[in-house]
Amino acid sequence: MSEQAVLEIKNLHVSVDDNEILKGVTLTIREGEVHAMMGPNGSGKSTLAYTIAGHPKYEVTEGEILFNGENVLEMEADERSKVGLFLAFQYPVAIPGVTMANFLRMAINAHREARGEPPITPVEFRKMLLEKMEMLGIDRSFAGRYLNEGFSGGEKKRAEILQMAVLEPKIAILDETDSGLDIDALRVVSEGVNKLKDQLGMGVLVITHYQRILNYIKPDFVHVLVDGRIIAEGGPELAQQLEEKGYDWVREELAKEA
Amino acid sequence: MALDERQQIELINKEYAEKYGFHDPEKYVFKARKGLSREVVEEISWMKGEPDWMREFRLRALEIFWKKPMPTWGADLSGIDFDDIYYYIKPAEKQARSWDDVPEEIKRTFDRLGIPEAEQKFLAGVGAQYESEVVYHNIKKELERQGVIFLDTDTALKEYPDLFKEYFGTVVPPSDNKFAALNSAVWSGGSFIYVPPGVRVEMPLQAYFRINAQNMGQFERTLIIADEGSYVHYVEGCTAPIYTTDSLHSAVVEIIVKKGARVRYTTIQNWSTNVYNLVTKRAVAYEDATMEWVDGNIGSKVTMKYPAIYMMGKGAHGEVLSIAFAGRGQHQDAGAKAVHAAPYTTSNITSKSISKDGGRAGYRGLVQIYPGAHHSKSNVVCDALILDPESRSDTYPYIDIREDDVSVGHEATVSKVGEEQLFYLMSRGLSEADALNMIVSGFIEPIVKELPMEYAVEMNRLIQLEMEGSVG
Repeated sequence: MSEQAVLEIKNLHVSVDDNEILKGVTLTIREGEVHAMMGPNGSGKSTLAYTIAGHPKYEVTEGEILFNGENVLEMEADERSKVGLFLAFQYPVAIPGVTMANFLRMAINAHREARGEPPITPVEFRKMLLEKMEMLGIDRSFAGRYLNEGFSGGEKKRAEILQMAVLEPKIAILDETDSGLDIDALRVVSEGVNKLKDQLGMGVLVITHYQRILNYIKPDFVHVLVDGRIIAEGGPELAQQLEEKGYDWVREELAKEA
Repeated sequence: MALDERQQIELINKEYAEKYGFHDPEKYVFKARKGLSREVVEEISWMKGEPDWMREFRLRALEIFWKKPMPTWGADLSGIDFDDIYYYIKPAEKQARSWDDVPEEIKRTFDRLGIPEAEQKFLAGVGAQYESEVVYHNIKKELERQGVIFLDTDTALKEYPDLFKEYFGTVVPPSDNKFAALNSAVWSGGSFIYVPPGVRVEMPLQAYFRINAQNMGQFERTLIIADEGSYVHYVEGCTAPIYTTDSLHSAVVEIIVKKGARVRYTTIQNWSTNVYNLVTKRAVAYEDATMEWVDGNIGSKVTMKYPAIYMMGKGAHGEVLSIAFAGRGQHQDAGAKAVHAAPYTTSNITSKSISKDGGRAGYRGLVQIYPGAHHSKSNVVCDALILDPESRSDTYPYIDIREDDVSVGHEATVSKVGEEQLFYLMSRGLSEADALNMIVSGFIEPIVKELPMEYAVEMNRLIQLEMEGSVG
């Protein structure tokens, strides 16, 4: 594909149980770009992530999401994955009895089938998986463990990045991937994301409360989400200012301008 | 596209029908008339040329059957009409030791079920029962040379009368319950296994039970004796055609595990959904012996089955692993019984049930510790997975402890397939149906991994078959 993938979110309003959480969010992410979505707790960051990925609990009441011009809102979660969207979960659930390897093979084959390709051979799969695990500094024994069951916080986040590496999305959303990680784990996970970004040229939306992760994954654009609306946008310097002055500062700045 | 309920049932029945649900024309050597009477019982005994003691045993059991009321607990059995059942059908003149000698149509049936192929690949011996009689039986020569006996139960009565009489009916007496009494009265076929001291049968022995005729009652009787320090793994499978009228399968299995011996008994029950499956399975385990029941219940209309282990000697160990799957119109009342009658005995019960499309699956179990069975330990884990709001799961754990110095644990979980699990898997590209399948196969994985590879594959396939059409 010569055309660059682009995810367009236009005037998105989202409700959960009749409470409006997102109140008109507009955002465009192109392949190769890194966007940071920053905001305090309860601002609607995770709602945005889940809505893009297609969680049935989130009801879009207004606005649209387009991926390469196609209406994403009409797609089921699996179809969104197959066109090249990926969500790294903040709290991935455990699937007992299902090994990481078996799950990944099924997922890859679902993607291949959608592209009209034959299933991956066991030999190819093993080679590919071991390569990706090595790249992300993940122990081989990971492949035989049950998906997210008994994983530590750091292991869960790494497992999410491994899934991303295997599925090679065009646009990835990282939902608070930094939460619960110590500084070493954060570095490893971030380096993994950067490698994938360079290799695949994927677009990334980093959703975070803190500026910390942005020291490792350098954003091209920073957006500030407060109370369901993007209230400020800028370059990497905005993240720095936020870290120093806090979210109240942005609110006050806006008040001054108004 | 969403299928409506009727289409879903048709789809499931169609799959079952193609693989197992076909039936052959009836070309029987003998078919007793419908219904149960002293005459029918005497006729069975006479046809088999049995000794007097067995005929009397049968008649005594029949009286017990008539006296005992129907169980009022467990599943609904009111649909059984004892007068509308064929209690004995003899399909062939004689039993074969080579598949070439099995009547053509019956052989074709077992070919379709893959039995001769499995025998060549990974089994030490095979028995194949068709209606009331075992039509094929064979065991590897080297096992025979080591003194292992693997016969159908009727032949064993003729060839090893003393061994037979010493153990038959000692573990499950006719008075045990109404269906054990019925089986004792009209039993036919089943497997008889004797493993001499110290002999280890490394590959499984398998029996396959097939019902073909409509309104058939199958009442096989299995007796396994594992002598001191021996080991055997016995596997049974079963299927039947789909009929609109009901069939009855009521087996009795008795197992004696002597000092230091180990027996594993694996069942993959895949009866069509018009079969009442009411089975009494019980083992006694002596000093340092191990008895393991691995019980997969996928098919049948109603199953009531609680494999039991009586731990009679110090250090005996019992293990029950069971999976029950109840789909539309099915009730799986499965469970286990662990009786600790000696000190230092241990038991583990792991039960997994899945219910879907209004099916009902449950665990009913008893852990009993006798006075004097000190330092006994028992642990029960039962997990239920409910796939939709119409389906149901029940847990009835009974615990009866009459000794102080023991440890008994019980854990039960009931989970519904969560939206979060489904969404997580779907967000990686799996369809809803594949995601659901994956959750279910992961749920039963701890038990499936205990099965030999070929059966694990079969079990997963059967569950997947049941899962098909469950997602619109």
